[in-house]
Amino acid sequence: MSTAVEIAAAVRAGERSARSVVEEHLAAIDGREAELHAFNLVTAGAALAAADAVDAKVAAGEDPGPLAGVPIALKDNLCTTGIPTTCSSKILEGWKPPYDATVVQRLTEAGAVSVGKTNLDEFAMGSSTENSAFGPSKNPHDPTKVPGGSSGGSAVAVAAGFASLALGSDTGGSIRQPAALCGVVGMKPTYGRVSRYGLVAFASSLDQIGPFAATVADAATLYEVIAGHDTADSTSIPEAVPSVVDHLGDGVDGLRVGVVKELLDIEGVAPDVAARLTAAADALSTAGAKVEEVSVPAVIYGLSAYYLIAPAEASSNLARYDGVRYGLRVDASTTGEMYDRTRTAGFGAEVKRRIMLGTYALSAGYYDAYYGKAQKVRTLIIRDFQAAYERFDVLLSPTSPTTAFTLGAKADPLAMYLNDVCTIPSNLAGHPAVSVPFGVGDDGLPVGIQVMANALDEVTMFRVAAALERAMT
Amino acid sequence: MTAPPNPSVLPDGWEMVIGLEVHCELATETKLFCACPNHFGDQPNANTCPTCLGLPGSLPVLNEVAVEMAMRLGRALACDVHRSVFARKNYFYPDQPKDYQVTQYDLPTNEHGLLDLPSGLRVGITRAHIEEDTGKLTHVGGGGRVHDAVHSLVDYNRSGVPLVEIVSEADMRSSDQAKEYVSELRAILLATGVSDAKMEEGSMRVDANVSVQRADEPWGTRCEIKNLNSLRSLGRAIDHEALRQIDLLDNGGRIRQETRHWDEAAGRTGTLRVKEDADDYRYFPEPDLVPLEPTAEDIARIDAALPVLPAARRTALATAAGVEPTGAVAIAVERGLDDVAVAAIAAGADPGRVLTHIEHDLAVERAESLSAEHLAALVKMETGGELTATQAKAVLAEVVATGTSPAEVAKAKGFEALDTGALEGILDGVIAAHADEWEQLRTGDDKAQGKLVGFFMGKVMQSSKGQADGKVATALLRSKAGL
Repeated sequence: MSTAVEIAAAVRAGERSARSVVEEHLAAIDGREAELHAFNLVTAGAALAAADAVDAKVAAGEDPGPLAGVPIALKDNLCTTGIPTTCSSKILEGWKPPYDATVVQRLTEAGAVSVGKTNLDEFAMGSSTENSAFGPSKNPHDPTKVPGGSSGGSAVAVAAGFASLALGSDTGGSIRQPAALCGVVGMKPTYGRVSRYGLVAFASSLDQIGPFAATVADAATLYEVIAGHDTADSTSIPEAVPSVVDHLGDGVDGLRVGVVKELLDIEGVAPDVAARLTAAADALSTAGAKVEEVSVPAVIYGLSAYYLIAPAEASSNLARYDGVRYGLRVDASTTGEMYDRTRTAGFGAEVKRRIMLGTYALSAGYYDAYYGKAQKVRTLIIRDFQAAYERFDVLLSPTSPTTAFTLGAKADPLAMYLNDVCTIPSNLAGHPAVSVPFGVGDDGLPVGIQVMANALDEVTMFRVAAALERAMT
Repeated sequence: MTAPPNPSVLPDGWEMVIGLEVHCELATETKLFCACPNHFGDQPNANTCPTCLGLPGSLPVLNEVAVEMAMRLGRALACDVHRSVFARKNYFYPDQPKDYQVTQYDLPTNEHGLLDLPSGLRVGITRAHIEEDTGKLTHVGGGGRVHDAVHSLVDYNRSGVPLVEIVSEADMRSSDQAKEYVSELRAILLATGVSDAKMEEGSMRVDANVSVQRADEPWGTRCEIKNLNSLRSLGRAIDHEALRQIDLLDNGGRIRQETRHWDEAAGRTGTLRVKEDADDYRYFPEPDLVPLEPTAEDIARIDAALPVLPAARRTALATAAGVEPTGAVAIAVERGLDDVAVAAIAAGADPGRVLTHIEHDLAVERAESLSAEHLAALVKMETGGELTATQAKAVLAEVVATGTSPAEVAKAKGFEALDTGALEGILDGVIAAHADEWEQLRTGDDKAQGKLVGFFMGKVMQSSKGQADGKVATALLRSKAGL
């Protein structure tokens, strides 16, 4: 299949109709969706209508936008007007947002065509999509394996050719880890680069929306469409976004690349994954980069800090699902009992676990020891990263400690949490990071390499990602 | 307005301590975190959007005007205005769409201020922070109480309306002082244009913390009375609560720290919830908003734009009148008549009479239309003996109602210094005493007559101690002389 960049060019030039592109992808969905369960909802009718609108623009001589006719899959925690937005939770049963997320608006303006809403771990809490209330998604490379998560459905949609592009959200690795496990590119922007307006919040200080794509250039193109200041999000960065696409071919000659020692030594990183990291470092070195090992000591505390901060914010963000205004309501004779019954029936086990963790971490008498301490760790991680970025342009690590694991293999929540050990530090620091496919492990399943950069330096990060991609082809 | 330090309402040997928390809605066009109108009295849920309904994915965007107003109030209360951070206060309640309230916790916008009351009491202001209001619940069936209601309706028009909560130090010792504090605060809210401060519409709501102790003993355990919506309720609720606590202690009981509500009809407070098992609000910094960092320039700009505040206005009038800034001076400022009073005094009117009129005769509509010239003229007529006090009061009422000058009103009302009969008597007396001149007036030439009219008028004025109306007296003289 063609890349998003190729599709958009062909549609804009009138060489291909957007309708034919979308029909081709809908056919791919028909072929394997029952097996892989990438989507909570396929919006075929709306997609064809949107494609026709793009074609009409082309026919009228109007510019249909940089993503003209490109099929895109949206994680089902992004608000879409009149289309159910479930967060893969029973608690949002029947809720249709009255508004579009800012990123969805920007995609529509860019001519992209949404083909559906993708499956996720409930409220983006998980690393396998097994926490979805609607059943897990499956890895297209081996359907007995998980696709990763929480944006597993979006990763599957791109890997299986259901859509050229997808959007996910990344709070602790929820774009990069499934991208790695499914063999696609997945990127988390600098915190504040992409508006969160219309993204159903999990952990507000960590959440970022980002792209999935089959190629680095496609991911970079989608990133440019969704990035940029938005007055509807107070944490949105009011600066212009430099082009990343223009620098993809700049190469890495002279760039300083640090391989993060702690993220290689950390318990659980499989030897075959470590070997791919070494290969990636060698490839960059061959391309002219100066590659060295670097120590970023505080990253080893990232996981612990994350599992206090994220649940704490989640416990507050998810309070509104109380049965009063929308979604599921289980009636009872008192308001308090209605809250209890609704939330008991509506939330899955992992969501309940994190709400309890977060509630505890914020409680009077525990705040300083847990939430307060975790915020200090966050400051330490930022400090250690800053020190590293004085000596290096980008940092390298595995994206996930292992390749895709078998469905049901990680029933222990702590074992599952360890999947995010390499990705979490960038969320805590608010820095950009991307996962690029770089060969396969001993089991023949994809391995992803994570390229991390300093805040706002998506340009260098994408340059290095593009160099890794070139080294594989 | 002067509050007795030890109010008679308490039995001998008991004292009370009061601190107040006042919530007031800011008079902004739009809500605190969205562009919905901040407007009272519209159709339920007409003024709502994804943000103030707390829909999934919505985010707050701070209203800069609300922040400006809050800082203006802070400076008017002599607060330190500094870096502040919004926080989430987490608790479940159906009137609160996100099940948390965005407020300020450990870093409020305004801290460490003070409020000087007309009686001379200085009340410390602990803090004045910004927060969002909740929606409004209506319970249907079961007499409108939540416990018996068949169902409840929620109106989110008020959800997200900007509030400032002003927390005082526990510096008040009587319900009169508490009422005085609220009155003064209201005057400042109005003067700064920060709020319309309508207690009856709920745009200003008062919670009172009350405790009692025996003289020379440490302060007692406090109870908080919520949502007092008039000065009268505030005073009654505080006095009632203090007496309830004293009664309990006198009978060997113990005060539980609790939140109570005031039942206006029954005239008593009742338990709302006991503090010991109250919610843990799990405050943490609101991650969807960035900290507020006012610069020195911001604060200088706000200070420069502040109007003259009631306390300074009282001082100005008190200085002009040479009296204490209490009593009638405070009332003049409250009624907005202090500028008129100062100008009238400057024009030579007697300060005592000016203040007396303002205190006793100007609690009327349109009083603010009274000009300093008219007030000064009136007081001069009164002190010059042209009007009695009773007449002056009647003339003043007419001046305010019509805008006509006091002299004209007095004349129209016939409040002349001497009535015609008395004037005639004086004139007859003068004629009898000066028979020669009278003869010359009646028979002399024009030049002599002119001179003699002046002579006789001088005598009439002398005789009437200047209170005769010259025009009327001249006319009477000429007619008697047959001129």
